[in-house]
Amino acid sequence: MAEKEKSFVDRIWDFFASVKLAIVLFSLIALTSIIGTVIEQNASPEKNIIVLKRLIGENLAPTVYRILDTLGFMDMYHSWWFVTLLVLFAMNLIICSLERLPRIWNLIREPVKPLNPERVPAFPIRKEIVIRQSPETVKETLIQSVRHLGFKPMNSPLEDGGYQLYAQKGNWSRLGVYITHLSIIMIMIGAVIGIFFGFNGFLNLPEGYTSDVAYSRKDSKPHPLGFSIRCDDFDVEFYGMSDMPKDYRSWLTVFKDGKEVMRKMIEVNNPLKFEGYTFYQSSYGMLSTGRGFFIFKLKGPDGKTETITKVMGESFTIPGTNIKGTIKKFSPALAISQDGKTYTYAQMMNNPAVYIEFTENGKPKYSGWILRRYPRTWRLPDGSIVQFIDYWGVQYTGLQVRKDPGVWIVYLGCIVMAIGLYMAFFMSHKRIWLIASKAKEGTLIRILATANKNRAGFERKVETLVSNLNREV
Amino acid sequence: MDSSTLFGIATIGYILAMVTYIVYIAFRNKTIGVIASTITIVSFIAQTGAFFMRWYEGYIMGLRSLWHPPISNLYESIIFFVWCLILGYLIIEIKYKNRSFGAFVTPIAGLALAFIEMTGMSKEIEPLVPALQSNWLLAHVTMSFISYALFGLSFATALMYLIEKTEKKTEPAYIFWSCSLGILIVLLVAMTMDYLEFHVAATTSENIKNYLFKATFKSANSTVALLSWIGAFGIIALVWALGHHLKRVISALNVTPEILDELTYKTVAIGFPIFTLGGLIFGAIWADQAWGVYWSWDPKETWSLITWFVYAFFLHARLMRGWRGKRAAIVSVIGFVAVVFTYLGVNLLLSGLHSYGSLS
Repeated sequence: MAEKEKSFVDRIWDFFASVKLAIVLFSLIALTSIIGTVIEQNASPEKNIIVLKRLIGENLAPTVYRILDTLGFMDMYHSWWFVTLLVLFAMNLIICSLERLPRIWNLIREPVKPLNPERVPAFPIRKEIVIRQSPETVKETLIQSVRHLGFKPMNSPLEDGGYQLYAQKGNWSRLGVYITHLSIIMIMIGAVIGIFFGFNGFLNLPEGYTSDVAYSRKDSKPHPLGFSIRCDDFDVEFYGMSDMPKDYRSWLTVFKDGKEVMRKMIEVNNPLKFEGYTFYQSSYGMLSTGRGFFIFKLKGPDGKTETITKVMGESFTIPGTNIKGTIKKFSPALAISQDGKTYTYAQMMNNPAVYIEFTENGKPKYSGWILRRYPRTWRLPDGSIVQFIDYWGVQYTGLQVRKDPGVWIVYLGCIVMAIGLYMAFFMSHKRIWLIASKAKEGTLIRILATANKNRAGFERKVETLVSNLNREV
Repeated sequence: MDSSTLFGIATIGYILAMVTYIVYIAFRNKTIGVIASTITIVSFIAQTGAFFMRWYEGYIMGLRSLWHPPISNLYESIIFFVWCLILGYLIIEIKYKNRSFGAFVTPIAGLALAFIEMTGMSKEIEPLVPALQSNWLLAHVTMSFISYALFGLSFATALMYLIEKTEKKTEPAYIFWSCSLGILIVLLVAMTMDYLEFHVAATTSENIKNYLFKATFKSANSTVALLSWIGAFGIIALVWALGHHLKRVISALNVTPEILDELTYKTVAIGFPIFTLGGLIFGAIWADQAWGVYWSWDPKETWSLITWFVYAFFLHARLMRGWRGKRAAIVSVIGFVAVVFTYLGVNLLLSGLHSYGSLS
């Protein structure tokens, strides 16, 4: 009974250790993945029914949709069967590596041994040269030439007074395949940890607001962060005078237990990290109920400067004068049409502009638009400057909030994979033997070598060694 | 002279080289071969010069920093792919002292360049949108295209291998290569017709941006479209019927199937680690930096993974199960089809996060 059970386990083991299974899984994962790139994942049913209608016609589309939906194709990369494929893939990877590792390990640990000069095995690389000098006189040259190839040769004397030099290198490179396999498992473990213990959420934070929660992407439920974060400012930088965004930036401050602990400006490729959470710049927008603060830097004719904060309708006086400005209108994106009329061309702050009426001692003096992106509009006829710094408090920054305790394992896996691939594809296990035996006219040198990869490359090196020897001795 | 003039010279040069290489393998005249190589090398030098000029032009226009070479939109990436492909080809030509690969590699370059013209994609030097300003992205794009070029070379050698090794016309491998080569020729012919109709003859006055296949399969005239499909099947059938002559041509060129098999393997063996590291890992790191998600199963990512699995299949089948020769060559051809789909098919047919490569 026990024996029967063992053979069953063995059968399972053999099944998972086979390269055939690996090849079948490669094909299955690759082929099924294609479907998920055609059907939009996690999309509304209507969208995919339209896609299906285009592919297979009006009549069949709803039925096919229902079948595909039941089979989980609308979120197929998380469906039970795709996850099963990935689990099988992981098991295959682990068991086939365990199956082969002991044999490979022996090959790696096995020291290179001298050959029997009488019965030299048929190695793929074989060269012979005869030189006039005695074995002893060329010994140092031979050792040097083998060293030159990067080997540390060992020496064993022959019965006829000759000797044998032998060495190996790169034996560890045989592990490359298994290191690569291990790295894939590491990446998968990291991903699983991320799925179970991670958090994926968002936070839309208006300028000036503080939040101690983020909202889950799944169900929009608030998720306490354990600290709070404030958006001090948000800004878009453009290329020159175009509307092509160059950079999105948020200035954030982190508070822990009521104390400020961190301040950072984040950009698209430069997130803020705090206590395992990472805040990425992902979007931005205007608040529909926004009533913000206009920030101006004023410079009077006498050079005195002052920075002021005002709301719509309020007034200010330019330092050193009696000129009073009143904020009348605001446009987030001002443009001028061909007939000279102004209008707002976008709802985002592409070209913020403020309309100010100036009076002197109660009498109207001048009025006009001051544009934040155009410094020449800041200058008033009398030489004073009204720099429009910001309309603050009307934008929010859209932050992607992630906590992924598995990501460092994924990164570690990536590094391990780079090492593994390098070993597996660009290094090889090379062995070389030089048998120098006494011959009638001098010395017969037989060179035998093997490499488990790129044999042709190694053979060329051995040929160079031979031609160098011919020249030198 | 500016970079676009120089790119234009290189493009014409490569198309000329393609024709010359094909004439060369047909007549096996050594002088023609030397001419083909010379045209390729001159075009390659011109393209290299154009690449650095474009880099500098972007810098003085203030659209990008000195650290950003011009490989950030679809146009620039195709140009870079062609550059890598030709470089890889020239290395093989010199190392193996054999010009016959040229007739199979240059058409890939020709197709890529024709694709740029036919789709009317933007050739402007564009400012980098915030998400693209990343060094990881730079490494990702550069290494991806180096690996794509290597896979392109393995595609060419695998096709040649199949041509040389198949005997009977009913053999699956024969049908496979003749269909693959037939499709390649159909694409080249269709793009040439687009070029003739919309560039040379210019019968329509309206400004059509994307006229890929508008002269044939997507013609407004349904008779023309139907005839195109018939013609396409005709060409494929012709390649199938006359393919054995091609076998003689290649056999006479002194390329043994062993060399072709070795080259197919070697280019994949170098391309695969570069693709894994640059294409998948660096891409994931960039996505993690930019969006906080290292893997989101978007179509582009999924298709790179599919490509990765095809080449993993190739390597495991070959190294562990001893698949050599025809079966391995077929997998390598399929691998490159997956590469092309990852690169262009996803942009053309599927949508995704990767908005930088769109044709609009």
